[in-house]
Amino acid sequence: MTKVTTADEFVLQVRGLGVRYQTSQGTVHAVSDVSFEVRKNEVFGIAGESGCGKSTLIRALLRLLPDNADSAAELALYRDQDLYGLSDADFRQNILWQEISLVPQSAMNSLNPVYRVGDQVVEAIRTHRRVSKAEARGRVAELFDVVGLQADLMQSFPHEFSGGMRQRAMIAMSLALDPGLIIMDEPTTGLDVLVQERILRRIREIRSEISSSIILITHDIAVIAEMSDRIAIMYGGQFMEQANAIDLFENPYHPYTLGLKNAFPSIRELGSELISIPGSPPTLVGPVTNCPFQPRCPFHLDRCASENPLPINFGEDHQVRCFRSEDANQLRHLAAEKSTWRSLN
Amino acid sequence: MALIELNQLTRHFEIRPGLVDRTVRGKPSRLIKAVESLNIAVGENEILGIAGESGCGKSTTCMMIAGLLPPTRGQIIYRGSDLATADAAVRKEHRRNVQMIFQDPYESLNPRFRVADIVAEGPRALRLWDQKEIGDRVESMLAGVGLNPGKYTERFPHELSGGERQRVGIASALVMQPVMIIADEPLSMLDVSIRAGILDLFRELQDQRGFSSVYVSHDLAILGNVADRLMVMYLGQAMEVGPVEQVIRSPKHPYTRALIGAVAVPDPRVKRPVPKISGDISRPIDPPPGCRFAPRCPYADDSCHDTFLELDTSDPTRHQAACHRLHVLPDEGL
Repeated sequence: MTKVTTADEFVLQVRGLGVRYQTSQGTVHAVSDVSFEVRKNEVFGIAGESGCGKSTLIRALLRLLPDNADSAAELALYRDQDLYGLSDADFRQNILWQEISLVPQSAMNSLNPVYRVGDQVVEAIRTHRRVSKAEARGRVAELFDVVGLQADLMQSFPHEFSGGMRQRAMIAMSLALDPGLIIMDEPTTGLDVLVQERILRRIREIRSEISSSIILITHDIAVIAEMSDRIAIMYGGQFMEQANAIDLFENPYHPYTLGLKNAFPSIRELGSELISIPGSPPTLVGPVTNCPFQPRCPFHLDRCASENPLPINFGEDHQVRCFRSEDANQLRHLAAEKSTWRSLN
Repeated sequence: MALIELNQLTRHFEIRPGLVDRTVRGKPSRLIKAVESLNIAVGENEILGIAGESGCGKSTTCMMIAGLLPPTRGQIIYRGSDLATADAAVRKEHRRNVQMIFQDPYESLNPRFRVADIVAEGPRALRLWDQKEIGDRVESMLAGVGLNPGKYTERFPHELSGGERQRVGIASALVMQPVMIIADEPLSMLDVSIRAGILDLFRELQDQRGFSSVYVSHDLAILGNVADRLMVMYLGQAMEVGPVEQVIRSPKHPYTRALIGAVAVPDPRVKRPVPKISGDISRPIDPPPGCRFAPRCPYADDSCHDTFLELDTSDPTRHQAACHRLHVLPDEGL
């Protein structure tokens, strides 16, 4: 299935995005040289562990970074608007919520406890659109229906909602202004299995009804596999590998992707041995001069410690940052052996 | 003889209304029935997994087995003696022999203690050995969980990563040489690449030293990997119990089926069917008699609302479900 993609099929195009934090320990390169595209009506998944920079990346795109951070990109286009070229006021008025909305990580705690849930969504709509209260309420009732909440729940306060209901209310709010792109940061983390299942199913249904694209950020490999059309695997502030979902799971190239797959249990494969990746993630202080995964990588070469590999293309839609990607077949076999990873200790 | 046997174990919490509501308005107290008539036994060297969603009573059960919370009704039988009536010597032995690993490695370590003192705290409190021996055992235990003693003994918890803290938690449970470890979601705060390492460590230590475990988690994929037997709980009641492979591959109870069907699978080609379940989980406040899952169950009839079918745990190898309606359920495999 090869598809020719033209520029107007992209909702978001990002090239060479970096974010640095100035801290007392020095400059932290939280995100470096990240490039990706999000196509129309697709779910783009970003998977990575704590501290890999996935939340920083989207905060940079939404201009929600703290004062000690600065970010730059060679290119950051939403449709045909340069995201870094807009003034803050312009960005807030015309892009945030209108075009790109966010379901934040702790969505469960993102509702104001002293206002009724429905009123909070009405307020979000009326901040950006000149509509009457009654019209806005009608819209909120529609949105509640879309996310599977009964319309009379608009009158409730957040504390009367369960975790799953609050999450659904936040998703309703993110849909309020028909944005072209919705960013969901760990939308089901901390929810029970059955609640998570229902929310994910609802997100899938919503996507088939509306024309928005979704960026889904999570540490949960199973969630990302089920939800995404294309996936990026992030480590140490970089996209180590990105590809369409099936290709990434069936033909992974990067040693970190191989390691993550080994470490993640599947309920369909009981008794398969889980293999951890020894070591811990890099601190990212100072400029990036090596492959960030090199210290934990059983396959590293000498040059991995002094050079950071650039992304290499494999086929239409698969990019990998690894000097050993040509040896992928061999690495896939070796990575399935526990002794391979143990040898590092 | 089972190491620990729970017999009709029940725990209720009373919610008392405020003084005015109680005395002037005459509001009655309400009961949260956190755990209801639980029967299960854990044998020597066995890992019993307990699965369930928030509010199912899995943590309350852990606290009771560890002796941190007295039961409202029922018995905890430790090596043949009922803990409630046992003499002080047995209770002291139980306290040493049943150790707990806590969920949150960030909040369960004393921030003012160095790693060596955290691990030595238990043996010192019970005066298990003299100071020199305690020091030696702490060092070898730290080495056993993969923390180099020379590097870690003098550190404070804030100098450790999440995975290292969890190892300290495991070391301080194991240094007591327990016969049973109660692990309450010990991996839920850790990253994927580190989890597998802690699981390995847990199993290695179990092979070497031999201990039983009650392993509680909401993550069925992990339980499938670590447990020998699995018990599924819903709002304080045991719904299903059996050997872990049987429960996960061919679940009987409608709730277990829904729960297992809802677990996401790390394979983009897999399409899961929609779980047959309606409504949301409630709270076990003044629940009606009968099966607490009945209001959400597509197969429930009157008998389900009237009486709860308790599991018969006389045969620990048996796979069984607490359901009146098993005969009407369709066959479904995964």
